[in-house]
Amino acid sequence: MLAPGSDLNTSLANRGITRRQLVKFCSAMLATLALPERYLAQTVAAVGKARKPVLVWLQFQDCTGCSESMLRSSHPDVADVVLDLLSWEYHEVIMAGAGDAANRALERVVKEEKGKYLVVVEGAIPMAEGGIYCTIGGRTAVDIAREVCGSAAATIAVGACAFDGGLVRADPNPTGALGVHEAVPGVKVVNMAGCPHNPANTAALLVHYLTFHDVPALDQYNRPLFAYGRIIHDQCERRAHFDAGRFVTEWGDEGHRKGWCLYKMGCKGPEATFNCPIVQWNDHTSWPIRAGHGCIACASPRFWDHMSPFYDRLPNVPGFGVEVTASELGVGLVGATVLGVTAHGIVKTIRPAPAPPPPPAPPVEKGKEN
Amino acid sequence: MARIVVDPVNRIEGHLRIEAQLDGGKLTDAWSSGTMFRGIEMILKGRDPREAWIWTQRICGVCTMVHAIASVRAVEDALQIEVPDNARIVRNLIAGSQMVQDHVIHFYHLHALDWVDVAAALKADPVKTSSLAQSISNCEKSSATYFKGVQQRVKAVVDSGQLSLFASGYWGHPAYILPPEANLLAVAHYLEALAWQKDFIRIHAVLGGKNPHPQSFLVGGMSTAMDPNEPAAVINPERIDLLRDLVAGAKKFVNDYYIPDVLAIAPFYKDWFTRGEGLGNFLSYGDYSSGDQKDPKTFLFPRGIVMGRDISKVFPVDPAKITESVAHSWYEYAGGDASGLHPSVGETKPKYSGPKPPYDHLDVEAKYSWLKTPRYDGKPMEVGPLARMVVGYAAGKPEIKAAVDGALKALNAPATVLFSTLGRIAARALECQLMAAQLPGWVDELDSNLAHGKTDIFNPVRWDPGSWPASASGYGWHEAPRGALGHWVEIKGRSIENYQAVVPTTWNAGPRDAQGQRGAYEAALVNTPVVDPGRPLEILRTIHSFDPCIACAVHTVDAQGREYTIPRIP
Repeated sequence: MLAPGSDLNTSLANRGITRRQLVKFCSAMLATLALPERYLAQTVAAVGKARKPVLVWLQFQDCTGCSESMLRSSHPDVADVVLDLLSWEYHEVIMAGAGDAANRALERVVKEEKGKYLVVVEGAIPMAEGGIYCTIGGRTAVDIAREVCGSAAATIAVGACAFDGGLVRADPNPTGALGVHEAVPGVKVVNMAGCPHNPANTAALLVHYLTFHDVPALDQYNRPLFAYGRIIHDQCERRAHFDAGRFVTEWGDEGHRKGWCLYKMGCKGPEATFNCPIVQWNDHTSWPIRAGHGCIACASPRFWDHMSPFYDRLPNVPGFGVEVTASELGVGLVGATVLGVTAHGIVKTIRPAPAPPPPPAPPVEKGKEN
Repeated sequence: MARIVVDPVNRIEGHLRIEAQLDGGKLTDAWSSGTMFRGIEMILKGRDPREAWIWTQRICGVCTMVHAIASVRAVEDALQIEVPDNARIVRNLIAGSQMVQDHVIHFYHLHALDWVDVAAALKADPVKTSSLAQSISNCEKSSATYFKGVQQRVKAVVDSGQLSLFASGYWGHPAYILPPEANLLAVAHYLEALAWQKDFIRIHAVLGGKNPHPQSFLVGGMSTAMDPNEPAAVINPERIDLLRDLVAGAKKFVNDYYIPDVLAIAPFYKDWFTRGEGLGNFLSYGDYSSGDQKDPKTFLFPRGIVMGRDISKVFPVDPAKITESVAHSWYEYAGGDASGLHPSVGETKPKYSGPKPPYDHLDVEAKYSWLKTPRYDGKPMEVGPLARMVVGYAAGKPEIKAAVDGALKALNAPATVLFSTLGRIAARALECQLMAAQLPGWVDELDSNLAHGKTDIFNPVRWDPGSWPASASGYGWHEAPRGALGHWVEIKGRSIENYQAVVPTTWNAGPRDAQGQRGAYEAALVNTPVVDPGRPLEILRTIHSFDPCIACAVHTVDAQGREYTIPRIP
């Protein structure tokens, strides 16, 4: 709701955005959220608020890819998020202040905005040896996370690492890394899985929160259903080729040039849920399968261990007419991919691959100088 | 005497801590500490080397893809795979566009706020700002109305009392000396660059499906299938047109915004042409081949070494002289922590011996960082854009010489100013301009190959692990935006036996060695004046001029403390 005495149009004008831009942006967000237009007025009013909600963004065992992904956000423009939608008060990679000044900014939010602010977490949290594998300002990541997430209205875990430990947790998990919901139990966490998270989804989540003061419907992994409720394979632009039995069998072959199905090259689309094929990336420019490479199921639980080797074929992909719902996926997936699959599921129903060319002679051992 | 601590160092990738000793208004010593690691090299052990790039790419999401290209090169070297020419071109385009975008983001979003006072922009006269903009550049957005709009937008944020990311800046610090109009200009361009970077990097989506972490590398080539007549092909004439538009836009942005802004701001800060030099030793592996990736003579950025700021000599790079030691790092070596080990025979046995958190100070006399200490022939080296420009200049590479001489002339300064904080900023801008000028040529090459039916993008000879030798080893180098990057891989059977990455920021940000020689960051901070110890803006200026990437810089770890030695005969 607007503050008493303030006018939405004036407030927008002061912030350099027109009402038309705001409405357009809110419509796009509602579409991503699969919400009807009747919520538009409410959304516009919430987003146009004079007093902005506070957000802090924490980075732990991360690669900063999820921060970068947020900077690639096209709707809304990232500048609009930073300057207009939320008061983004702590984010190491882009904030103005360093050291004590930065730490004080975070302390202020935790103390003065207690229970009202949002916190985004990027990166895993190392739990081994008292947490010494990640310290900021002399404090451990887990110590900071307990305090900052514990005092927040809600926590948003962006990316695979904050979701479930991601790559950092992959075997042998050298630092005892965990995702936020395991490292800081009891905190309300929404998981925006993906490597990185898709900024269109995270923006939509933020808009939903600003409008309805609650998070959207979540799946069993606390991922919003609007983004993680459907299987990639079912939304894939190459699905017709799968159904017709047209497969890429070697990188660069005729099928690869013609955009055929990548299942035989190890694509994990049939076991992965994400709206990647629909929202795509970088202002709807493309997505990995469009770039000719199989899906690695980067929004799926523990995908680094469960979905690799990434070039091995999935063993149990059902053929035609077999219904699999997104919620059934991920059950018993540990070690689902196996080497040398020959006689499971789809493998029986697809055309045999042409005989491979004889392998070349192995290279001779080199005597290199290093 | 006062100890200054900056932790976190903001506007960088990763977790960096600087401790420095202040004496008589100047820094007399400094210590650089990386405070986070993950253990990616250890996690790679036993996995399929063909997918190592997918994992190593996640070492960093800022300079995304640099660890992918180094990884596929290392595995291709081990398995002796030649990649098709189209794969070389697509890789150059992906890496080159990464460099252009990364450098622009660094200047405007990671570094500018060390030189630009956002609050002072409110005092600017939009008409005078417009005149300033039009005097330095041809860019279209330069009217007084435009600058007034930006100013109002900033004012609305300030008036709201919610300063967002700008809340914690050192505004009003006496070291900010730009006139208000230059501040307003820079703030406007900060916002323009924010909008531009996300548009331009769609080139990674075209050629890799997404950014960050494009997904189109393959050991043996690229997944970007080419076909002149196929709408579903990743590269077809329609996509070539899009690539052409994107690279043209990049060239324009760099020429209209980045270069003029650097040249306009630098003269106000001439003191920084004599501060922050550091080591004076420079290493470049060289990269961006016009033909044979194995032949450094074909590189846009030459391979070589310059020692002691002597640009009359360029020494060759001998891979055998690269070592890492752990005298001041939280690891142990079997043969003594002071010994330098080549990456191919590296050991990793982590042993945290720092203070128990929460702590106020590190024990800098002992071990104080998760970064190791790389050395070349026992000497500390600086890597990065300045190293590439110095080596290229010293080697007489015509494009680099012309660019550097042109900038020196515009700034009316001798070549020695390169060895400084501001020199690093200038070198990065020039390199960005050189790379932006290079991109359209690679699109043309791709277009020509497509038009002539030359569509090979992948070499299948060794895709099948059955075709591999029992064991193999190799290394792959890349000149990433932040400098010389090397991956070393050992393959046994079908899996990775060992993996080591020696990374640009490890060279620059590593702690001192057993002989007490400082790393590049540490050396560059010594003698820097600091006006206000509570707001050490000067430390940020020099550290940010290196463009730190700490997630990249931290090495393997094995929490069980197992010794990890590579049985390899050099």
